Amino acid sequence: MDIERLTYMANQIARNLAPQGEAQATELTLQHLKDFWDPRMKAAILASDRSGLLPIARAAVDRLG
Amino acid sequence: MGFERPPYSRQADFGTPEVLSEQQVTLTIDGREVTVPAGTSVMRAVGECGGSIPSLCATDSVKAFGSCRMCLVEIEGMRGTPASCTTPVMPGMVVHTQTDKVARIRKSVMELYISDHPLDCLTCSANNDCELQDTAAEVGLRDVRYGYDGANHMGQADDVSNPYFAFEPDKCIACSRCVRACDEVQGTLALTIEGRGFESKVRAGQAEDTFLSSDCVSCGACVQACPTSALMEKSVMELGKPERSVITTCAYCGVGCTFRAEMKGEQLVRMVPWKDGKANRGHSCVKGRFAWGYANHQDRITKPMIRESVDLPWREVSWEEALSYTATKLNAIKAQHGPRALGGISSSRCTNEETFLVQKLVRAGFGSNNVDTCARVCHSPTGYGLSKTFGTSAGTQDFDSVMDADVVMIIGANPTDGHPVFASRLKRRLRQGAKLIVIDPRRTDIVRSPHIEAAHHLALQPGTNVAVMTAMAHVIVTEGLAAEAFIQERCEIDEYQDWARFVSDERHSPEVLEPVTRVPAAELRAAARLFATGGNGAIYYGLGVTEHSQGSSTVMSIANLAMVTGNIGRRGVGVNPLRGQNNVQGACDMGSFPHELPGYRHISGSAVRELFEADWGVDLDPEPGLRIPNMLDAALDGSFRALYVQGEDILQSDPNTHHVAAGLKAMELVIVHDLFLNETANYAHVFLPGSTFLEKDGTFTNAERRIQLVRKVMEPANGYADWEVTQELAKAIGLGWNYAHPSEIMDEIARLTPTFAGVSFNRLEAEGSLQWPVNEANPDGSPIMHVNGFVRGKGKFIVTDYVPTDEKTGPRYPLLLTTGRVLSQYNVGAQTRRTANNVWHQEDVLEIHPLDAENRGVKDGDWVRLASRTGETTLRADVTDRVAPGVVYTTFHHPATQANVVTTEYSDWATNCPEYKVTAVQVLPSNGPTEWQESYASWSEKSRRVARVPAE
Ligand code: SF4
Ligand code: SF4
Ligand code: SF4
Ligand code: FES
Repeated sequence: MDIERLTYMANQIARNLAPQGEAQATELTLQHLKDFWDPRMKAAILASDRSGLLPIARAAVDRLG
Repeated sequence: MGFERPPYSRQADFGTPEVLSEQQVTLTIDGREVTVPAGTSVMRAVGECGGSIPSLCATDSVKAFGSCRMCLVEIEGMRGTPASCTTPVMPGMVVHTQTDKVARIRKSVMELYISDHPLDCLTCSANNDCELQDTAAEVGLRDVRYGYDGANHMGQADDVSNPYFAFEPDKCIACSRCVRACDEVQGTLALTIEGRGFESKVRAGQAEDTFLSSDCVSCGACVQACPTSALMEKSVMELGKPERSVITTCAYCGVGCTFRAEMKGEQLVRMVPWKDGKANRGHSCVKGRFAWGYANHQDRITKPMIRESVDLPWREVSWEEALSYTATKLNAIKAQHGPRALGGISSSRCTNEETFLVQKLVRAGFGSNNVDTCARVCHSPTGYGLSKTFGTSAGTQDFDSVMDADVVMIIGANPTDGHPVFASRLKRRLRQGAKLIVIDPRRTDIVRSPHIEAAHHLALQPGTNVAVMTAMAHVIVTEGLAAEAFIQERCEIDEYQDWARFVSDERHSPEVLEPVTRVPAAELRAAARLFATGGNGAIYYGLGVTEHSQGSSTVMSIANLAMVTGNIGRRGVGVNPLRGQNNVQGACDMGSFPHELPGYRHISGSAVRELFEADWGVDLDPEPGLRIPNMLDAALDGSFRALYVQGEDILQSDPNTHHVAAGLKAMELVIVHDLFLNETANYAHVFLPGSTFLEKDGTFTNAERRIQLVRKVMEPANGYADWEVTQELAKAIGLGWNYAHPSEIMDEIARLTPTFAGVSFNRLEAEGSLQWPVNEANPDGSPIMHVNGFVRGKGKFIVTDYVPTDEKTGPRYPLLLTTGRVLSQYNVGAQTRRTANNVWHQEDVLEIHPLDAENRGVKDGDWVRLASRTGETTLRADVTDRVAPGVVYTTFHHPATQANVVTTEYSDWATNCPEYKVTAVQVLPSNGPTEWQESYASWSEKSRRVARVPAE
């Protein structure tokens, strides 16, 4: 999967959930990835170096693995 | 045994509209006692107790006018002979409808009419379906004492400009029913009666106008109201009177109008709106009423075709060969690459039963959850946003509810074009005095139309919906206008307080946000106050809300706004998505999304999954599948290889055409199941011909959650209804399906989906329609939702903040493009382009503000090049101040324009619904089509070739 696009998507989710506060936003981002991402998308973002992820997205992805 | 054939007849006409009143009145009519609601006319009361009064100027779709003097009656204690159509019933009234005195008057009135009417009944298109004839018979007209040689109106030229109906002024009796229908039913006010008395004449538009050049939108209401052949469908003129009729549901838009398909054998003669249809109440628009010619258009493909590769011509094959070829390929791909390499797309144009089968085929047959639907590109944020806040993925009201609204707020929707029949009802309410707020970058028709003027039009910068909604919330909360009692009782208080604190922050005030939204703060404040304090507030929204990178956030902010003003859970209020396609609600309900099973239940929930596993006898994948854009991405990296597309044209309707084309090209097997060789079929290996809504049984669910029957009126030209095609494909890959009729599929849906528990074809036959949820708590369905509390328990305020889209204007692309649709065309136009509707919309044009046009040396009607960073296309410019400076607008109905060549892959953060409504573009003068348009046109022609097999 195009990792740039997945990174963009994860960041976009995080940015939109951010107004709910960092802890809550991380939790919700994680849940969002679990609920809506196909296994190969999750695998690809887990396998990436995660450097392009915003802090909330990164924390969520870290907990996804 | 004697056999009585039900004769073809018009739907009963009670003369004046139904009156809803708690109060009942009892009176006596010709010795029969009858009880009717107070306010009912004597004429209607007569009709309701089985009688009939001759009439010419009255029909129950419009208010009585009392001009023809045909309906006179005698009422004891009243002087003279009052007109029954304009006389309301009174308690204890004694009415005589058939006395010698009224018979004499009626006869002489009739004589006058007939002396000025051509007597060519035998060759008239309305012969045997004419109220003038019927009335002459009723009054027993035998002779015309005045002769036929006096002054008359014969010899006037016919107006045949409208493609679907003709106006023959010679046949007009100046009853003004058409004028009143256009005013009251449609709300366009295109017709007038010119002159007085004997000189009265019907006119469309101004003196020089024809029907086509006038404001007429060809809804057909006047044709329906006309008692003679003066206004008549051309199809009836050509084919003659129908011999039977079948009630069915329109297959175009989410209004879901009910029609009588009037037939002659297997030939459809006309579609007439059905008065008992609860969504349309006897009204229609040009699409459903007239634009059905595509059903047997010459472009329709009726034989299956296959080809090894997309640069080869198509080869017509038998159904057996097509199915076994497809099944072999599917099974091979599955064996080699695993189930997750396969997927399907269901159609919002197909029935509930058909979409249910597509997702079942994918989940139970292919073994993946890679199923998606075109709702992805339109209303997926609605499902997401409303389920998070209210607990259901659907609108809260029925259409009738608008008649109790005091303030209507329309956000990013263009109901007069997109949902015309609902718009007519809305306009009626607005003419009665309800206030209107429109939030739209463009000045849509509803902002200013005859007798309607929006109180506020907030012409926001495209992409700033959330900012505007938050600013409105700011005003409501900080000015103390919140509906505290409602919130205390019905909503989660902690969440409310967090949200209220958030929106109260000064940075969300209209003044601070004005530079972003470009909405004057004072105007926004006034609109917010009106909505919060003006009585029942109802919100209607469309794709201008959902098709943004913050689509889901906007839906949630709309839900917040409805809750903070207490506008949920009763008539006249609510949050109402105006759904695009006829069955987009149904397609979503039926589990067309990759993460959820029918009834919006997540695939990871083991209890729900086990229910389906037990019923279907297979194991289901517990992981969510791919959405359409992800399928295309995955195709490019080789992990997604086979796609079954039912009734959708993703190449034309999905964003960034180049990306879609590349994804499709990368797949090993693309199966297109459709009526026409659509644009997606250019990349397909298998073409399975589809059937039209006239050729199948099933159900559609409209934007009000109303489940309605679609009935087969003719045999499928391709041999199979679409549900049968899917079933045959399922059988070919080894699934033992054996549905004999769509009703059995609905039984399975009801068995597995709690919100559909009480739905069955028998129930629908008996009730006409049902609004889900239909379950133990709501056995007769649910016109209004969240009446005694929210479905999720307490309403949940969710903090949403404006996050600007990443699609930004700059020196290279300084303008913002937003897209939409027009009345006469439908979606990608596959159907409407194949009808005479093209006279209203031959090509997509680009609306551009005079200032922007002048800066670029562009004049009205010039060819312009529209370019974004993803691609470019050319089309003609329409210079207009409907759009603000800096904003341009176009539609995407025609493949030659390929407006989606320029749209980007940006999408809603939560659902990936594409951001069609915001693309940074540049517009420059041009001489004609771009290279892509030309190369695409030649490629498309090439890839549509069908090999000519020499006859054996
Ligand atoms: S077709 Fe509809 S819009 Fe046109 S004149 Fe008749 S009622 Fe009016
Ligand atoms: S066109 Fe038909 S409906 Fe209109 S005034 Fe003439 S007869 Fe009546
Ligand atoms: S409003 Fe919609 S459902 Fe009704 S006739 Fe028009 S297209 Fe069909
Ligand atoms: S029907 Fe009553 S006056 Fe014409």
